[in-house]
Amino acid sequence: MTDFERKAVISGIGQSAVGRRLNRTDLDLTLDAALEAIADAGLTVADVDGIATYPGAGGGAPPGFAGPGSPEVQDALRLKVNWHSGGIEGAAQIQAVINAVMAVSAGLARHVLVYRTVTEATAQGSGGRAGIGVGGGGGGGAPRMGGTMQWSIPFRAYSAANWLALNAHRHFHEFGTTPEQLAMIAINARRNAQKNPKAVYTDPMTLDDYFAARMITSPFRLYDCDAPVDGSTAVIVSAAEHAKNVDHPVARVEAMATALRGRPSWDQFDDMTTMAARDVGAQLWTRTDLRPSDVDVAELYDGFSFLTMVWLEALGFCGRGESGPFIEGGTRIALDGELPVNTHGGQLSAGRLHGFGFIHEAVVQLRGEGGDRQVPRDVEVAAVANGGGPIAGAMLLTREG
Amino acid sequence: MLPAPFRVQPALDDTNRFFWTSGADGRLRFLRCQACGYWLHPPIPRCPECGSRDVAPEAVSGRGEVFSYTVNHQSWDGSTEPYVIVLVTFPEQEGMRLTTNLVDCPLDEIRIGMPVEVVFEQHDQVYFPVFKPVIA
Repeated sequence: MTDFERKAVISGIGQSAVGRRLNRTDLDLTLDAALEAIADAGLTVADVDGIATYPGAGGGAPPGFAGPGSPEVQDALRLKVNWHSGGIEGAAQIQAVINAVMAVSAGLARHVLVYRTVTEATAQGSGGRAGIGVGGGGGGGAPRMGGTMQWSIPFRAYSAANWLALNAHRHFHEFGTTPEQLAMIAINARRNAQKNPKAVYTDPMTLDDYFAARMITSPFRLYDCDAPVDGSTAVIVSAAEHAKNVDHPVARVEAMATALRGRPSWDQFDDMTTMAARDVGAQLWTRTDLRPSDVDVAELYDGFSFLTMVWLEALGFCGRGESGPFIEGGTRIALDGELPVNTHGGQLSAGRLHGFGFIHEAVVQLRGEGGDRQVPRDVEVAAVANGGGPIAGAMLLTREG
Repeated sequence: MLPAPFRVQPALDDTNRFFWTSGADGRLRFLRCQACGYWLHPPIPRCPECGSRDVAPEAVSGRGEVFSYTVNHQSWDGSTEPYVIVLVTFPEQEGMRLTTNLVDCPLDEIRIGMPVEVVFEQHDQVYFPVFKPVIA
């Protein structure tokens, strides 16, 4: 058991406007989120002495995916930092927060601004989401594919939707999971989004609506895939003693997990029905006395609906292979259920803020600020999971104050 | 046989060229460690099991099994018809898999566990290994 995580708290959160096509720059959105988080943490800009982001800039990411790099944001705020970091490799999007916790715990920084910004809705325009290596409609002149992508793109497996669909069908085969069960993730997300004023999709969704929507790549239908948006989310990771200086509860970092013990590959990973979430889940519970039954809300990555099912199993909220029956009917995972899941509507309905929306929502729930979507129980422990497939990261947060 | 679909071409280099040109003689090849017998994919310079650099392409039988599948409907590359992506496993080694396409199979006859065999789709110098059902 370790306690270094508990030297850090999330003292403030912020988020820009979130929308389908805001036509604002990624830096503009980031500054909104950052300034809100800094103020929420009871700080001034001058107090911030660290900065971190996922994925950072300069990696040749698709348009609208990366957001501004940390130097750009540091400069825009004229921060004087004692620690700074940004990058795409690691335990999924939450790695940036994990890095900030380590910096604070090591005493390298006292208040770290961590942000994730996307402008994918504006970048994609009316063309919709493209596969990797091809444009929105045609293929002539596509570049030759080297590296890891050569093992998927030339076989017309252009998207994570395709790659993860293979995992989903394997789960169906091994455990008898059904499309009706899978549908509950999307339906639960839409139901919760209706109570979230910032969610982008709030029209009611029935099981009939889910099945009537077009198939993308079986078993994933339209509503199994998250909704690209523009938006920025920021948190402030502070030294734990700062909690007494803030006029609202803070989220104490109880445990974090970053393990990846199988092959870091979409198709060579030993267990296709769990992938890296398995290793993260196992590691997480070794770092705390808490147990899955102590968790009051679970904000579990739903870039594709199936990932939330993977996380429910990997984090021990249900047995191996049992996520289908666990979510059947959507009762257990509802706001008033035994384990509320994706209380803000997830990326499926609240928008693809790419990982940080779950962190933000966990803190909102811990602080009792969820408004119409606040779960009707005393929220003391929140679980947050990011990523899926061969990258995964997770965190447990507890309420303090 | 349907006309060959559009495919993004792999960039050939000294590491992967054997794989993408293997089909010239109708055989599917993976790298195999000549010291310990481990099949390694994707190809890398050293055996991850024993560390030996004595790795060389070797032909497999070309038979495999469908480990999973997805029928793609989204028009990522301008396609107008659904096509099938499969994950194929090979009897030569547990855990070695290939993401590839299933061809010549009605969509409602796809089954996880069905036996398949390799056929090659030639685009210039590159032979794409795709799989068709083994007719019993």
